[in-house]
Amino acid sequence: MSSETVLHGQTAEASVNAHEGHDEHGHHHHEESFLTKYIFSQDHKMIAKQFLITGIIWAIIGGLFSVLFRLQLGYPDTSFPFLEDIFGRWAKGGRISNEFYYALVTMHGTILVFFVLTAGLSGTFANFLIPLQIGARDMASGFLNMLSYWFFFLASVVMFASLFIQTGPAAGGWTIYPPLSALGQASEGSKLGMDFWLISMALFIVSSLLGGLNYITTILNLRTKGMSMTRMPLTMWAIFFTAVLGVLSFPVLLSGAVLLLFDRNLGTSFYLSEIVVKGEILPNEGGSAILFQHLFWFLGHPEVYIILLPAMGMVSEILSVNSRKPIFGYLAMVGSLFAITILAFLVWAHHMFVTGLNPFLGAFFVLLTLLIAVPSAIKVFNWLTTLWRGNIRLTPAMLFAIGFVSLFISGGLTGIFLGNSTLDLHLHDTYFVVAHFHIVMGVASFFGMFAGVYHWFPKMYSRYLNNTMGYIHFWVTLIGAYLIFWPMHYQGLAGLPRRYTDFSNWQSFNQFADMNRFISTVAMIVFAVQLLFVFNFFYSIFKGRKVQNTNPWGSNTLEWTTPITPGHGNWPGELPEVHRWAYDYGKDGREFISQVEPVGADESAH
Amino acid sequence: MLDVISDQQRKIHPHKFTLWVAIGSILMMFAGLTSAYIVKRSQANWLMIEIPLVFWYSTFTILLSSVTVQLSLKAIKQRNMVMYRRWMLITAVLGVLFLVLQIIGFYQFGENDIRLVGAGSNASYSFLLAISGMHGLHVLGGVIALVVIAIRAVSISKRNYSSLPLEVAATYWHFVDLLWIYLFIFFNWMK
Repeated sequence: MSSETVLHGQTAEASVNAHEGHDEHGHHHHEESFLTKYIFSQDHKMIAKQFLITGIIWAIIGGLFSVLFRLQLGYPDTSFPFLEDIFGRWAKGGRISNEFYYALVTMHGTILVFFVLTAGLSGTFANFLIPLQIGARDMASGFLNMLSYWFFFLASVVMFASLFIQTGPAAGGWTIYPPLSALGQASEGSKLGMDFWLISMALFIVSSLLGGLNYITTILNLRTKGMSMTRMPLTMWAIFFTAVLGVLSFPVLLSGAVLLLFDRNLGTSFYLSEIVVKGEILPNEGGSAILFQHLFWFLGHPEVYIILLPAMGMVSEILSVNSRKPIFGYLAMVGSLFAITILAFLVWAHHMFVTGLNPFLGAFFVLLTLLIAVPSAIKVFNWLTTLWRGNIRLTPAMLFAIGFVSLFISGGLTGIFLGNSTLDLHLHDTYFVVAHFHIVMGVASFFGMFAGVYHWFPKMYSRYLNNTMGYIHFWVTLIGAYLIFWPMHYQGLAGLPRRYTDFSNWQSFNQFADMNRFISTVAMIVFAVQLLFVFNFFYSIFKGRKVQNTNPWGSNTLEWTTPITPGHGNWPGELPEVHRWAYDYGKDGREFISQVEPVGADESAH
Repeated sequence: MLDVISDQQRKIHPHKFTLWVAIGSILMMFAGLTSAYIVKRSQANWLMIEIPLVFWYSTFTILLSSVTVQLSLKAIKQRNMVMYRRWMLITAVLGVLFLVLQIIGFYQFGENDIRLVGAGSNASYSFLLAISGMHGLHVLGGVIALVVIAIRAVSISKRNYSSLPLEVAATYWHFVDLLWIYLFIFFNWMK
């Protein structure tokens, strides 16, 4: 009932007459023009595709930026005239200028963290899977959901426009620490580009808040009959906790950004104190730059889990489906997601160990940080035991899910190093940090996202992705990711600092020239293979093998009880009723038992 | 179908639920701002804020508007559309009056030679402006919502006696009211 109310929008809110029309629901269709179907759609499935394709475009741009700065790092002495042809004064003499390098790394971080792995990942799969997996017609508010995408689109337009400003886009790092980011005279990238960055991020925050409100409300209120919280697939739990994290942490970033806007444009001194720039003494006094870091990382750390949790949820689901085994320790999985959500809010200062933070206070943050190892280890253990003696089908989605577990282990272990404030004295701001967060957050979440795309593509477009291209994509990306980031650990331990454009002038870092060239080469190969995936994606939308079976993976969850191409409203007749949890695989001699199948007389209820 | 409907009536409407989550989110932003204020306050170069009298008037105004929005809600539940529109209008006017009084308050700082922004400004007063400004934007959002609902209520094409939009708006209105009370006490006590 509740979801029907929503589909009918405001008209049905209280008028008693509207209830009579419900039985014929699903048979009648809204009048849909091209504009309302593809552009201003309120159908969660279309909004999910909009998020996904926008995210793919951003991923290409962000990935290309990394290729450009890896070109500089790998070949610091070589001139590439084509760079000057394209970028003009940013690459004078065919070499990337210092300002351009900083702009590239800043934009690479911003784009991939926020636009791809937050909006592209959560936006896609939360929108697509929530109504389908809990058995709802659509989101609690289709209109807010549409607004969520369009705020994201506006944020994208502003951020994209900032790439073409004469003084360049923001270049103070994706963390935009003041005073550098607050003072236009401090660097080219702190001029107009920084204002565009802040405006774009404000729009982005509005987008993710509108999305998050909807996800939470929908999961808590619109579950179909019989779908208790503990019968939900783990994807739903993960997306729910992700939304909670976003709704509680993004507003704090907004408050930090508002104060930064004041400092930039109204001459206030929240973050600025006693500064001399290029011989000019600034009037600001009494501000605290550390204050911004607290506000930023109070979002920034939960943001890591906003990126990671949806990937964890999808991986749990895909591992179980393709092992033909129930997920091991369902409640422990939910509990560990909850523990990670709580801890996410209590560890932000581990990003600030070397900012002059009181070492006594630091000790508590070390303890809380290392505590995250406990729920993380529970999850890894449960994934491995789910695979253990499973009847494993190595589909591309499954491979990416297993790859996620591998990366999460390797990247998680280095987190234990970095979580220690004493070790951090040596390791902070080195390539060790770069290697750690790229593996555990960046590449791992990308693997979760790829797993999700390969697994749910048949539901999205009623066609399969090409498997051969999928296998090439997986193996090159997995091996490539390790070849890129593994050597960076050694570089970081040797003290190689982040954010330097050229190491050839340092005697101690000269030895890494060949290694840097190797990393850059692999990075370019891996990037090329991602383009192969993009080709596969768009090719398969139109030319892929058609799905003939409503449930191609033999999966228990509700999205596979819909027609092959579900319309707006998802189920043509009544909403399905749920009788069991989502993980009855290999039970009583049967390969899988759908959630809609009633519990038999000889079964115990779950 | 009937039992499903009665089941639904016991549950909170999704739109109201969404609002409560949104309120939690907005609270986090003001928690961020006020805790930044507290951190900054314990550091050097902090000035004691003097709150002009006009802020007491604005506080009274927004309190009064909470009463009128409640009267409006009562009217629509009795299907008394005339009184409903009247109280809605008064609430919106009180909301605008609140914002005007706030702005007057900030101009009074200028008259007393206290810089809120620009060279010579102190973070303590800048905080007052930034935090009240963010609150003001939320009040403005509430005013717009009330006006939209009031316009829909007089629409001739569709008779709509649904009290849900106003219930949601009223909850939000009480929230921004309470939020200001919190901020007002905060500014007066945490000088």
